[in-house]
Amino acid sequence: MAEGNSTRKIWIVFWILFVLTTIEVFLGIFKPDFLTDNLIIGVSLLNHTFIFLTLLKAYYIVMTFMHLGDEKRSLKISIIAPMFVLIPYLLFILLVEASFHGAIG
Amino acid sequence: MIFSNNSIMENTVTKNNLWGGGARPMIASYGKLMMWFFLMTDALTFSAFLGAYGFQRFVHADAWPIADEVFNHFPFIHGEYPMFFVALMTFILIMSSVTMVLAVHHGHKMNKKGVIIWLGLTIIGGLIFLGSQAWEWYHFIHGTYEGALRGADGSIAHFVSGTTSEIIRHGEVLTGEVAASFIASAQEIHGANLIYNEYGHPLFANFFFFITGFHGFHVFSGVVILVVIFINVLRNTYEKRGHYEMVEKVGLYWHFVDLVWVFVFTFFYLV
Repeated sequence: MAEGNSTRKIWIVFWILFVLTTIEVFLGIFKPDFLTDNLIIGVSLLNHTFIFLTLLKAYYIVMTFMHLGDEKRSLKISIIAPMFVLIPYLLFILLVEASFHGAIG
Repeated sequence: MIFSNNSIMENTVTKNNLWGGGARPMIASYGKLMMWFFLMTDALTFSAFLGAYGFQRFVHADAWPIADEVFNHFPFIHGEYPMFFVALMTFILIMSSVTMVLAVHHGHKMNKKGVIIWLGLTIIGGLIFLGSQAWEWYHFIHGTYEGALRGADGSIAHFVSGTTSEIIRHGEVLTGEVAASFIASAQEIHGANLIYNEYGHPLFANFFFFITGFHGFHVFSGVVILVVIFINVLRNTYEKRGHYEMVEKVGLYWHFVDLVWVFVFTFFYLV
């Protein structure tokens, strides 16, 4: 690994995270109308944007800072796959049971 | 990242006995692999907390405070600055993640001096973050000068500014008899704790203390572990061992703490 290259990559990711967070903060302060008024599956476009930006930040932190991108494919999958299976499952159970008890929906 | 002294064994292991012990199937050391699996389960714990938070918020949407209106203070400046302080905390944690990854980088190159500098900066970043969180908690617990009225049923109302007979409860203005009977049985409260919350539903305060507290405890343990590693670096422990993999493993934990904050920031303060 070339010396300059890997530290350069770290700083590039830092600036990406910096810019994404700044965008989030500005959207959080100004809350543009066209984002708050449009709903997709019951969630405003603004919240979809926040979640998308957050997942993007998570991707950069895990892949570059935690070097998961440099690990074996099998390790990558065994860490990431449970996240994508179990977290939606958790939310699914929460919502279904809640609607069964009449707490929501 | 593959250390030069690791690759000898990998080459001699054939596919048949890869999982038979004595080998490293994913080309990651035992410690690093277990750190990854620990972090994966910890991520599920935090998902459960944030999921439960979102659910309760949805159920009590009418009484749920808006985070912008609760956390709008900034040290040494008067007035309302929503998001600024928490954004600063986020930048501090991202910055300490960068210094951590640079410490790991210098560890790979066996550059002790580099590790000392960047690890030291990471510890300082962690301490600043913990201090900021203490400040945020202090203000949330003490609340505002005006405070709020807590009715006999536990609902929270505020006086319409300039009056002592009209109140706003859950966004609805109450006047006359209704307001008078509410005020008569209400109790004046300031700030938030586990029983009541002047800004709205008490569950908001409960979740705030629990989730940011659990995260803060992770940061605190992270700082303690970093200090231990820092002392080991100074005492040449890893120099003698021939590699700085311990710095890398602790680094994984530290980045995870940053990662969790990214999500807490989104779901508590933005959404």
